[in-house]
Amino acid sequence: MYETTYHRAGSVEEAVKLMGEADGGKFVAGGQTLIPTMKQRLAAPDSLIDLRHIADLKGISVDGANVRIGAGTTHYDVANSADLKAVCPGLCSLASHIGDPQVRHMGTIGGSISNNDPAADYPSAMLALGATIHTSKRDIAADDFFTGMFETALDEDEIVTAVSFTAPDACAYSKFPNPASRYAMAGVFVAKGGNGVRVGVTGAGNDGVYRWSDAEAALSSDFSAGALDGLSVDAGDMMEDLHGTADYRANLVKVMAKRAVASAG
Amino acid sequence: MGIEGIGARVARKEDKRFITGKGRYTDDMVVPGMKHAAFVRSPHAHATIKGIDTAAAASMPGVIAVLTGDELANDGIGSLICGWMIHSKDGSPMNMGDWRPLAQSKVRYVGDAVAIVVADTKGQARDAAEAVNVTYEELPAVTEAVDALKDGAPLIHDNAPGNLIYDWEIGDGAAADAAIASAAHVTRMQIVNNRLVPNAMEPRATLGVYDEAEDHYTCWTTSQNPHVARLVMSAFYSVAPENKLRVIAPDVGGGFGSKIYIYPEEIVCLWASKKSGVPVKWVADRTESFLTDAHGRDHVTTVELAFDANNRMTGLKVDTIANLGAYMSLFSSSVPTYLYATLLSGQYTIPAIHCNVRTVYTNTAPVDAYRGAGRPEATYLLERTVETAARELGVSPAELRRTNFIREFPYQTPVIMNYDAGDYEASLDAAMAAADWSGFAARKAEAESRGKKRGIGMSCYIEACGIAPSQAVGSLGAGVGLWESAEVRVNAVGTVEILTGSHSHGQGHETTFAQLVADRFGVPIDSVSVVHGDTDKVQMGMGTYGSRSGAVGMSAIVKALDKVEVKAKAIAAHLLEADESDIVIENGQVKVAGTDKALGWHEVALNAYTAHNLPAGMEPGLKEGAFYDPSNFTFPAGCYVCEVEVDPDTGKTEIVQFVAADDFGNIINPMIVEGQVHGGIGQGIGQALLEGTAYDRETGQLLTASYMDYTMPRADDVPSYQVSHTVTACPSNPLGIKGCGEAGAIGSPPAVMNAITDAIGNNNLTMPATPQKVWAAMRA
Repeated sequence: MYETTYHRAGSVEEAVKLMGEADGGKFVAGGQTLIPTMKQRLAAPDSLIDLRHIADLKGISVDGANVRIGAGTTHYDVANSADLKAVCPGLCSLASHIGDPQVRHMGTIGGSISNNDPAADYPSAMLALGATIHTSKRDIAADDFFTGMFETALDEDEIVTAVSFTAPDACAYSKFPNPASRYAMAGVFVAKGGNGVRVGVTGAGNDGVYRWSDAEAALSSDFSAGALDGLSVDAGDMMEDLHGTADYRANLVKVMAKRAVASAG
Repeated sequence: MGIEGIGARVARKEDKRFITGKGRYTDDMVVPGMKHAAFVRSPHAHATIKGIDTAAAASMPGVIAVLTGDELANDGIGSLICGWMIHSKDGSPMNMGDWRPLAQSKVRYVGDAVAIVVADTKGQARDAAEAVNVTYEELPAVTEAVDALKDGAPLIHDNAPGNLIYDWEIGDGAAADAAIASAAHVTRMQIVNNRLVPNAMEPRATLGVYDEAEDHYTCWTTSQNPHVARLVMSAFYSVAPENKLRVIAPDVGGGFGSKIYIYPEEIVCLWASKKSGVPVKWVADRTESFLTDAHGRDHVTTVELAFDANNRMTGLKVDTIANLGAYMSLFSSSVPTYLYATLLSGQYTIPAIHCNVRTVYTNTAPVDAYRGAGRPEATYLLERTVETAARELGVSPAELRRTNFIREFPYQTPVIMNYDAGDYEASLDAAMAAADWSGFAARKAEAESRGKKRGIGMSCYIEACGIAPSQAVGSLGAGVGLWESAEVRVNAVGTVEILTGSHSHGQGHETTFAQLVADRFGVPIDSVSVVHGDTDKVQMGMGTYGSRSGAVGMSAIVKALDKVEVKAKAIAAHLLEADESDIVIENGQVKVAGTDKALGWHEVALNAYTAHNLPAGMEPGLKEGAFYDPSNFTFPAGCYVCEVEVDPDTGKTEIVQFVAADDFGNIINPMIVEGQVHGGIGQGIGQALLEGTAYDRETGQLLTASYMDYTMPRADDVPSYQVSHTVTACPSNPLGIKGCGEAGAIGSPPAVMNAITDAIGNNNLTMPATPQKVWAAMRA
């Protein structure tokens, strides 16, 4: 790791101010991506601005079907929230399968969606749930937030503060993990709610997380795994790497989508 | 056997410090004035070095020295060597290319060391290493052995035309050809044995200390064989004469072969310590481990196996191309030859065998022995081929094996080995019974109803441990002898120290070796200490690899114990006024048989040292040493049965049952042996399902250089194993023991692959059988 200067922010405002003063600073929350990257000397921020001690960023509130999750909430807390489980168990299940226990106790939902790793789990759920991403500057619809692999609508000095969404009637997430990293090779979040059926796909697309509109249309008229039988995923839109060809990923997207629908009931 | 003697499941004495984080590893060693090293490594797979500018790095904060290969050469430090001479079939010696500890004119793989930086902190050393400006002129690279042999391939070493190291053969080619020509059936296959990265939990590390006042060097290092390290560093690298070089291998966190060899770093750190005047420590990070630890396997082979009309094997012909990487590592030449082709008879009577092996340079990390070393390659080749033959011939895999089993011992194979003892049918029967082989069809049907494809596969392996005798291996090209040494020191109070040339890096020697003493003298194992891993403490030894610590290392201890016992009995007979032949040692008492006349073990020991009343002419003391040179290898064998379920939608394989029936001869500590089998099978499953090493074929970059891309087996990738033992005692060593350290890794890969190919009905599948590959094979 190269030398860096650590700052602990006590509020969102202070964090933004510290970022303004830094020359190439980075916000760090759980640090589950940034810290290993720095250890490998692949990132060298001159300042690290730690968001973990900002109380306002933590916590889950559920009011009827209205859900709000603070950006600093750990995967462990999302996975184990009884309130959330009662209205949106699919998201709890997703969080419970991120990384390993150590990762889940450190990593945060805000960090995950801000990083927008193309194989991260949460972005697919944000799209499928039609979530709103609240930041230090504004509210952004999930559809507008994720703009490509590791790319988001965030400005450099903008901090995700929370996500909110209306709990769906039914939802589930199914992923096929990369055998080595256990990130998603294909992860599909399916949600059926007031605004129809939405399907978010992560780990597979060659431009990062996306919505599978053909599946959404098919499931809107028939919410069953069988409704997807006739669909195919275009391998030309898929990522290809050491672990999975585009053809294989296209297959996995469909298989995981069917499993998610079956498990959402 | 007693509660702590031979055959007892004694808990491992060493585990307290390991599981409480109190082990003492090389990186835990701190000496006054110690500084930290970082190596400048080649980012290119193949390039000419046009210049090295160290000025900027040398002026950075905390930097003490920046040293290059030219300075190392000027100080007379020698090149790394391969210690086993192989001659090609035309009689010419192998083409060993020059391996400088710090590259001078050329780099040959990504990670090749070019310079060393010594600084106050590790971070400063790394920062400065990045500031060393090396000018490279890139050359085309080649990573696959088959490609490296082609016309026009980039030439890696000038003295190895066509990148060929040797073209070697064993066996009778004409007889094998004749058998194939007249066969009723011939099974032909192309077999790839995938390259593996060893991934010991503890990365390699070294601490080099030069003491100017004494003109003496100390090298702490992660070694499986510190004495061999000292020998090689003295005799070939001219770092220091042996009497002025102490090598210490303290606790070592796993080796699997990768820590047998002498690498550039320990040589360079010792030299750099003298050059810079400070002790120099280097600890590999995980990326360096991936890039520079000697890899394993990497064979491409064609095989033909001939059968007569009665399904009896009549001939085997094998043609192998083995990738040895950019340089010849210490024992690399022996792995695809005498540790591989000599095992090709397997458990079967095959009258004619011929094997041709070409070893090849490529722009990849050096390849050397990795758990099993040649025997996994032989076993995978043979057991995949036999299973395929059974399918082609329409007979059950068990019956085809039974038809061809060797049943008379000793058995001389056509490829050097003389099998001394075994009962292959017994392990086959035990494994099939434990696996409920006959109930498979019902389990398959039940799996089908859940949408899963279930398959079953077996593997009958033989391997050779305790490579020996020294005279024989010498005649085959080995640069060292393969005996082992031991010294047993009985202290004046009756406690015992065993000094052994074996080295424990996970094997549990501190427990098993102590059990030998407990068994012999009836003393508790807590009063027995095992001393190893320090050339200043232990007499010359050959270290631990090739599952040799039991069969060879413990045999040396037994020889020394024999001598101690004779002397102790003589002392007791003298004191008890009895005949030596009437003295017995039982439960810590030295007694006159059939009487109540007895001395405590500690009393005999004390008498040996007070020397007030010893037999006339006897020297005081109770301490004996022995060297043991085996008369033959030992031949562990067994049968493994694997059952899998494949998800047809994703291609993911789940191992639902794994049965091992091994014959390791007599067993000292069954719990430790089972642990070895579990670990070995875990590594074998890793090779079969998960671990694939990939280099970019154009650039030579290692694509699987972290755990994000290299799949190590995790707890949920492996099943609970059913392990059992059959016993035929090894006739050539005093304990009748064989070796158990590598069997799991040797026997399991073909069992897994035979099961998967059975499940999916497509035999065309290579390791690792990742979900993607299995899915594609189901559609092929």
